Amino acid sequence: MNAVSRRKFLKISAATIASATALGTVSCTRDKIKASAEKGIKTIPTYCNICFWKCGAIATLKDGELWKIEGNPVDPLSRGRLCPRGTGGIGAYSDPDRLKTPLIRKKGSKRGEEEFVSVTWDEALTYIADKMNDIKSKYGAQSMAAFSHGTGGKFLKHTLKAYGAKNIVAPSFAQCRGPREVGFELTNGNFIGSPERTDIKDTKCMALIGSHLGENMHNSQVQEFSEAIANDASIIVVDPRFSVAAGKAKYYLPIKPGTDLALLLSWMNVMISEGIYDKKFVEDFGFGFEQLAEEVKKYTPEWAYVETGIEPDLIRATARELAKNKPASFIHPGRHVTWYGDDTQRSRAIAILNSLLGNWNRKGGFYEPSKVSLPKYPTPAYPEMAYEKADNPGKKWPLLGDAEGSTTGLRDATITGKPYPIKGWLVYATNLIQSLPDERETIAAINNLDLLVVIDVIPNEIAGYADVVLPESIYLERHDEFNNAPFRQSFLSIRQPVIASPDDQKPNWWIAKKLAEKLGLGHYHPWKNLDDYLRYTSEKAGFSYERLKKEGVILGPKKPINVEEGATQDFWTKSGKVEFYSTHLEELGFDPIPKYTKPEQPPSGYFRLLFGRAPMHTFSMTQTNPLLSELMDENVVWVNNDVARQYGIENGQYIKLKNQDGIIGSKVKVYATERIRTDCVFMVHGFGHRSKALKSAYLKGGSDSLMVTKYKVDPIMSGTGMNVNFVTFETEA
Amino acid sequence: MARYGMVIDTKKCVGCQDCVVACKTENQVPHGYSRDWLAYETIGKFPKLNMEIRTERCNHCDNPPCVYCCPTGASHISDGGIVLVEHDKCIGCKACVASCPYDARFVHPEGYVSKCTFCEHRVKEGKDPACVSVCPTHCMYFGDFDDPESEVSKLLQERKYHAIIPEAGTKPHIYYLT
Repeated sequence: MNAVSRRKFLKISAATIASATALGTVSCTRDKIKASAEKGIKTIPTYCNICFWKCGAIATLKDGELWKIEGNPVDPLSRGRLCPRGTGGIGAYSDPDRLKTPLIRKKGSKRGEEEFVSVTWDEALTYIADKMNDIKSKYGAQSMAAFSHGTGGKFLKHTLKAYGAKNIVAPSFAQCRGPREVGFELTNGNFIGSPERTDIKDTKCMALIGSHLGENMHNSQVQEFSEAIANDASIIVVDPRFSVAAGKAKYYLPIKPGTDLALLLSWMNVMISEGIYDKKFVEDFGFGFEQLAEEVKKYTPEWAYVETGIEPDLIRATARELAKNKPASFIHPGRHVTWYGDDTQRSRAIAILNSLLGNWNRKGGFYEPSKVSLPKYPTPAYPEMAYEKADNPGKKWPLLGDAEGSTTGLRDATITGKPYPIKGWLVYATNLIQSLPDERETIAAINNLDLLVVIDVIPNEIAGYADVVLPESIYLERHDEFNNAPFRQSFLSIRQPVIASPDDQKPNWWIAKKLAEKLGLGHYHPWKNLDDYLRYTSEKAGFSYERLKKEGVILGPKKPINVEEGATQDFWTKSGKVEFYSTHLEELGFDPIPKYTKPEQPPSGYFRLLFGRAPMHTFSMTQTNPLLSELMDENVVWVNNDVARQYGIENGQYIKLKNQDGIIGSKVKVYATERIRTDCVFMVHGFGHRSKALKSAYLKGGSDSLMVTKYKVDPIMSGTGMNVNFVTFETEA
Repeated sequence: MARYGMVIDTKKCVGCQDCVVACKTENQVPHGYSRDWLAYETIGKFPKLNMEIRTERCNHCDNPPCVYCCPTGASHISDGGIVLVEHDKCIGCKACVASCPYDARFVHPEGYVSKCTFCEHRVKEGKDPACVSVCPTHCMYFGDFDDPESEVSKLLQERKYHAIIPEAGTKPHIYYLT
């Protein structure tokens, strides 16, 4: 049995071939790594970065090579279990399409042609610093801007501020959860934040409005969702698509897209007219309840039926179910909520309903999170930046905060040169071609730039337009700032290198420090390295750095998270109360109580394009990860069976989508199904890559964002409603 | 002697495929192959639908055709009823692949037949199989059906369940709670 068999021989030769092809050009570096690697099993804690939930994890190396990564049992976010993206995170290391060296756009080539030459870090950073100095002397520091997503952008933003630039924005606000935060803040003076402060595990009734937990794989939320199901909580799912969550629901409301606000107002009508809302909470903490009661009188379930297509009996039954279980019941505020351009008002309606349920800081409703506060590592003061931010001239969007900023506002400024020219973009870890609506405008803005720098781990579409592309080490190869996100119990978790970068990739903090040095701003990064920085701040906060390195996560003190545990209910609005009627909005010229407006309907033969998430992918960032792409290597377009029959489209057939502006997408497979309404289609976001450098994902699946040429801007805070595009089928694919 | 098996709560499963990727990394399953997978069944007409999502793998049957048809004895029932393939004895004839009603087996690029082992190497250390230990919904349970006090035995006493293709008569050891 132990003699060398045919199979053993095959095994050896297959392994030899595999290593020869897989390692290819980088074999020298990897050999060096291997030579120094320790034999046996080694575990190193860190926190995940495949999405922005930042779960605590433990990576295992076998003989110096990455074997697996698992949840850190001490970590309150993962509770020892990662999601599929986290588990497949090690695939990011062996991603065949990773950026390997710094790149500068080939002389004479145009932006978007993806023609680059490899350069050294010194050449790349010198090029960037020279251009930044040019921009400063010609236009001023305000003309340099940044788009940054996630933890890693921190030190780059710091360098930019040291240079004097403050036009720094992220798509997580105007393209994602901005309306939710503004809507809740207007209503009860508290925002939702990330992770969402929803007590799913203790709830007795939860309504999801378009939010597809389970497909939307925010780890703690999904874990708690499963607990709620096990506890037999009533799940109410409102979605034009029979989502995975709908399959778990006691009540499924197949709503006509764009009419959610009608349903929400009608729920208010039922709760108030039947007197089943939390009267004591409203009496103790409410402001303007009488006006609300008067306003929603007209929004009967019969009225809402005409708008939403939901039977009046079902509207009443679900309103009563929510009320019956109060305060351990809530309407989930959602996360990606930029749908129709009136999203702040819809979020406000959700906040109002939650207040009618009296669930703020109540068990099974919302909870009071806490976080570890970290001291700042002392650095010199930033230069004075007295100029107005370019993304929101004249406070055009009155409730767009300076701290958040508007991506599309900054893009507008770059196109128009008003209020002043924007000439440089530094883009960190966000694929603006797919994350912002109407890529034609993004490209128009880019063509006005003197400098576009893209810092990322893979060459996504945006990198193809860059002047300089900087290859970042993946999360398993670098230090980053601690995670101290607000949660049920405060905690601190560390990200530290598990393995060396295989090529010439560098961590973001190193890039930020070296760029600062090139700009003569090195003194803003006084730490030797990030290890030094992390040690200083954690020990100042009273946490042992050595223990963090060893255990990955340290919990902070436990504080009461709801009234039941002794927490208070504080509302930081102007009136200090829950504002059913918003005088703040009224003063600004907006509706003080949300009003329903009918959504525009698709022309005949067109269908509303909806998009969402799949559990194994994050945006357009993971399609080349070999472990994750194996789970899903292309998206499909969901088409109702009856519609497919009517159009002569077969399940599994490849078609192309064409939108209302005549834009035609790449080939995408049809999923003909009962699981969606007949007036819309659905796609998972992030596929249909058109960057040739992403060889393993190139033109696989269809791009929803290519179809999003139209968007409706929320006049309150600049969110871009993107569910306003209509598509038809091109079957001659 | 233990009799290992799994109970999977389809009410909790969201079909995220974490079990699939955890198996792949734990067992270093080569690209393009997998030992476990997801099944989605939807019945009804929109919007009155019922959906079951299941994670599936080798059922480690009591009456395993894959073991009976193996000409070399490579396929065998090991301790705890775990059906395994001894790689060195396997000649890659694929008789077992054809005999399995669950399509749970594949020929590994190295030439032998491969499939789910219930992570025997972990079970020996007292751990759950990788798929069970990673599941964010806690929908999977692994344990000993010979022990009436085990969680898996108790779940079958308390809840309604079904197995897959029981009519094949293979006596599967994975049960799905409904």
